[in-house]
Amino acid sequence: MSDVLLTVRDLRAGYNDTEVLKGVSLTANRGEKIVIVGPSGSGKSTLLKCIPLLIKPWAGEIILEGTIVTHEPDNLRKIRSKIGFVFQQYTLFPHMTLLRNVALPLEISKGIQRREAEQKALSVLTRLGLGGLASKYPLELSGGQQQRGAIARALAIDPVLLLLDEPTSALDPELRYEVVETLYEIAKEGRSMMIVTHEIDFAEAAADRVVFIDDGIIVEEGDARQVLEHPKKDRTERFLRRLRAGMRK
Amino acid sequence: MEIERFLFEIIPYILEGIPVTLQLTIYSFALGLILGALLAAARVLARGPLSVISRVYIEFFRGTPLLVQIFFVYFGLPAIGIKLDAFTASVLAIGFNSAAYQAEIIRAAIKGIPEEQFLSAESLGMTTGQMYRFIVFPQAIRIATPALVNEFVALVKYTSLASIIGVAELFRKAEYMVAFTFRPEIYLFAAAIYLAICIPTSQLSKILEAKYAIPGYRRALV
Repeated sequence: MSDVLLTVRDLRAGYNDTEVLKGVSLTANRGEKIVIVGPSGSGKSTLLKCIPLLIKPWAGEIILEGTIVTHEPDNLRKIRSKIGFVFQQYTLFPHMTLLRNVALPLEISKGIQRREAEQKALSVLTRLGLGGLASKYPLELSGGQQQRGAIARALAIDPVLLLLDEPTSALDPELRYEVVETLYEIAKEGRSMMIVTHEIDFAEAAADRVVFIDDGIIVEEGDARQVLEHPKKDRTERFLRRLRAGMRK
Repeated sequence: MEIERFLFEIIPYILEGIPVTLQLTIYSFALGLILGALLAAARVLARGPLSVISRVYIEFFRGTPLLVQIFFVYFGLPAIGIKLDAFTASVLAIGFNSAAYQAEIIRAAIKGIPEEQFLSAESLGMTTGQMYRFIVFPQAIRIATPALVNEFVALVKYTSLASIIGVAELFRKAEYMVAFTFRPEIYLFAAAIYLAICIPTSQLSKILEAKYAIPGYRRALV
């Protein structure tokens, strides 16, 4: 039996009166790499943000390692510090160096002493090829370096699950490459990941599973290659065709 | 008017008003900053009654004349048994008024921080207190600095209203001397002193911005 890491059950969420997620259920196994695709406004980013309760769902359950996240408001901080999150942009804190960005969460959430936290931060940065930039401030770095720094910060807390919300979408095409490279490296390490992205090549090469979301529901999910190459639903096929056409432009 | 009298009697007398003007400004600015931060916090963080009270406060103090507020504190409060000297009444009235403006400055600064910064802090397991201390405050204070310095400069000038209830600050002293000598050009001298205080203070904003600029942040803040 596979080891279930995360269960999302009948999740509903939205903003004001608009329902964005209309009942989404999903299971992620430990070590699994899931790519979520879908048109903009389909609810994929909302789904990702609901997992650490950055958005409070209207209904449904989120279960991480057997703990019902949605029922544990007192343990929320502890649960959140087990999940790494990388946003499209503005993830790093601009007023502190890259090293401090990575070390601060270790000090705050894990209670590690500053010296030790900074040593660990530096080793994570070095592993991602950012060691030489540790003393730089985020806005002194390129967009690609910033996103890799954000990934380093998310990894430093040693999360059981890494969530990435369109980590390359705000970047110029020539800067995406280095971020995708980093994603490949992390994928190889065997960490559980859920990533919302339009990087179809990455999904094909590195994902175990692809989930296609449209209009707040999961239209299709399954083995990455099967969904991407032989989608069963018309909606999936149409979306992928449009996405690939856009990429070639 | 002999030049000696101007140099050795009138000027020193008016200059004595400078410390009073500065004290009025600094005390009321400090009161406004503390109260303004609380009001901004109530508007940003609280829901329900606290947020509404904060909004009503801000609208009231921005929507009524400062002079009326000074009169209310100095002449109105004694009716309910609170009697204040003119200096204290002025500091309170100007401070209460400035709080409304400073609250809006601070609130706008917090709103100017991208949402991802808040979500990142939350996603890293920070408490609301830690988020404000480590992430929001250091960025908000940088965004707010030019506007807060502006507000300080505005207060330097607004304190002249305290002359009306008899605080012996710069303008009041100039008025005395005009009454004595019938030489209205003394007002020009008073205006020059206000200028001499305000211009360097405005420059302070640029110095602070440069000193605490976030490296790599090239976009001008003003």
